[in-house]
Amino acid sequence: MQKDFVKLDALLEKYRGKKGILIPMMQEVQDLEGYLSRDTMRYIASKMEIPAAEIFGVATFYSMFRLKAQGKHIIRVCKGTACHVSDADGIKDALVEHLKLPDGENTTSDMRFTLMEVACLGCCSLAPVIMVDDQTYGKLTPEAIPGILEKYSF
Amino acid sequence: MQAITVKVGLASCGIAAGADEVYRKLENYLMENVRPVKLQRTACIGMCFEEPIVELSGSEAGSVTLGKVTADNIATLVEEYLAGGVPSSHVILAQKQDAPRNALLANQKRIVLQNCGVIDPKSLEDYEASGGYQALRKALTMSGDEIITEVKESGLRGRGGAGFSTGLKWSFAKNAQGPKKYVVCNADEGDPGAFMDRSVLEGDPHKIIEGMVIGAYAMGADEGYIYCRAEYPLAIAHLKVAIEAAEAKNYLGNHILGSDFSFELHIKEGAGAFVCGEETALMQSIEGKRGMPTIRPPFPAESGLWGKPTNINNVETWANITWIILNGAKAFHAMGTEKSPGTKVFALAGKIAGSGLIEVPMGITIRDIIYKVGGGMKTEKPFKAVQLGGPSGGCIPAELLDTTVDYDSINATGAIMGSGGMVVMDSGTCMVDVARYFLNFTQNESCGKCTFCRIGTRRMLEILTRITEGKGVMEDIDRLEDLATNIIKGSLCGLGQTAPNPVLTTLRYFKHEYIAHIQEKRCPAGACTALLKYEIIPEKCVGCTACARKCPVNCISGSVKQPHVIDQDKCIKCGACYKTCKFNAIVKG
Repeated sequence: MQKDFVKLDALLEKYRGKKGILIPMMQEVQDLEGYLSRDTMRYIASKMEIPAAEIFGVATFYSMFRLKAQGKHIIRVCKGTACHVSDADGIKDALVEHLKLPDGENTTSDMRFTLMEVACLGCCSLAPVIMVDDQTYGKLTPEAIPGILEKYSF
Repeated sequence: MQAITVKVGLASCGIAAGADEVYRKLENYLMENVRPVKLQRTACIGMCFEEPIVELSGSEAGSVTLGKVTADNIATLVEEYLAGGVPSSHVILAQKQDAPRNALLANQKRIVLQNCGVIDPKSLEDYEASGGYQALRKALTMSGDEIITEVKESGLRGRGGAGFSTGLKWSFAKNAQGPKKYVVCNADEGDPGAFMDRSVLEGDPHKIIEGMVIGAYAMGADEGYIYCRAEYPLAIAHLKVAIEAAEAKNYLGNHILGSDFSFELHIKEGAGAFVCGEETALMQSIEGKRGMPTIRPPFPAESGLWGKPTNINNVETWANITWIILNGAKAFHAMGTEKSPGTKVFALAGKIAGSGLIEVPMGITIRDIIYKVGGGMKTEKPFKAVQLGGPSGGCIPAELLDTTVDYDSINATGAIMGSGGMVVMDSGTCMVDVARYFLNFTQNESCGKCTFCRIGTRRMLEILTRITEGKGVMEDIDRLEDLATNIIKGSLCGLGQTAPNPVLTTLRYFKHEYIAHIQEKRCPAGACTALLKYEIIPEKCVGCTACARKCPVNCISGSVKQPHVIDQDKCIKCGACYKTCKFNAIVKG
């Protein structure tokens, strides 16, 4: 993907001179580019005069920041307590199986899906739960997974 | 025909259950057919297990609430109500007649959740009509000290978990020197299994804003932050709408309601770090840094955000303020117990029939919460334990079910009140596995600053993992206790200091389960995969071959109409055969 410097610069300028901006600024950059590449982080560092180490430190501290390219759709498997006792592991296994994820990767080779775990989505009464992009699916069984995945194409 | 009002519950859990579709379907129906119906949105009434939930009101039959409504039957149900009757099915609550869930609601006391599931959270007018911003008007006629005295005398204790006196905390910030002060709302509800704050923010955002404005006025702060976790997009959206509306009507901004007091409120989205629920880490995160806790003292009241005096309270604490100002400290203190006055919101989840959000007076027993408010167990399996306080809390066993809900009684069990997550477990839940689950969580979320927390939790997790795999030894129990003591002593913040609680409470009440895993290589709950064994009972097997076809590793052999056998060396214990067998010929043990 060709970097859209015009958009990126405009985004960064909005934050210049304000306090406590690093996290929301990086969240917005991530929304723009899909993830935070090394080049992007270096670019932000030089443009905003923030040490690259500080930017990298924040990016690696918070789980919402992604350092690798993501699939088109993000699947979040809830690993909350209620989901855990309602067999969230079974749901995750079914996802891994149907997504045919390459070993050690969490993004499908066609870049359609990225699979992640989250601590809790707060829909405990519907456990086990997954969230695909902004849509939450509850009371799941492993059998329901293929039907959900089919809804998401390119 | 009388005009009626239809309210659809559109909080996160309702939407996940399909409430959006119900709303859209009814909206379309009302566009095609002219009916005297006012369609409204509301948030969560708390009965998540009945979602999607729709409330009908305005006819002589009295208001009724319907559960498990679908897009297919919503129009029919509304028509039945319009015709003057109560729908023949789906009724869960009813004003003028018996309904299955009436009792569950009657045993609650709703202060914080007063408006949740009743008003439209995006409508400031709705909030005002239910008495909104009256507390602020009253507070502006009082002095800061008078407000703080009121909050102190109410006995309100921090609902984030630790239970510190809110009034006292406010007085520290008030007495701190300096012209610039901050107030913060901690909405970084990170405990897995807890969703109280989410529901309040989604359902009644103005209540939080009003509470914060009153607090800021009392303490002399002119700027505030709501730090909300990014996993709650709907809560953030509702807050943004609410802040804009409040600014437009001068409940926020310069010279609020014509007074000398000005206050600016911002939202900060979290970025996914459990430790940021700890107040010093939260402030680091607002400042845009890694959320690492800092040493106290100095306490935030002296030196907090950007070195300025700061007061941080949890969502539920802020949500209590308007009620206290309007009704007075005495009325608040009259509810609950002497040392823990007021109510507490709990998120019920796990193996309970009525999972969802409830608010009860302090002093109620856990038994009453589960059986009278929560509707009892979900399945036939008996109650085993209830987990309170998430990763910082502990498991309370059946023999302590009559423990009353107040800070001190709960602490005595080794659990903590925590923010209010209550996960019910039945005989199918393994307590060693639960301890391992929480340690896995805290180990992942440890920020890494303190060695005991960073490495100690990892060692504990390793030990617990090997116990659940049947590779534990008896000395491991002593090692766990030893590590727990040292992690508590050697950690700077609440995350580390409470991380061993799930292990300590399960060791205290369920030691026999640890011993069964270690000595008998058996998981009494049948939950630990590595210790499971699937076997086919030859007498029951009819040789239908269904299991053999389903087995992903082809470890089941046998010819048609002959009993089959599982090759234990190859079996990966996935349970596929167990679920497939229609003749109950496969046993798990």
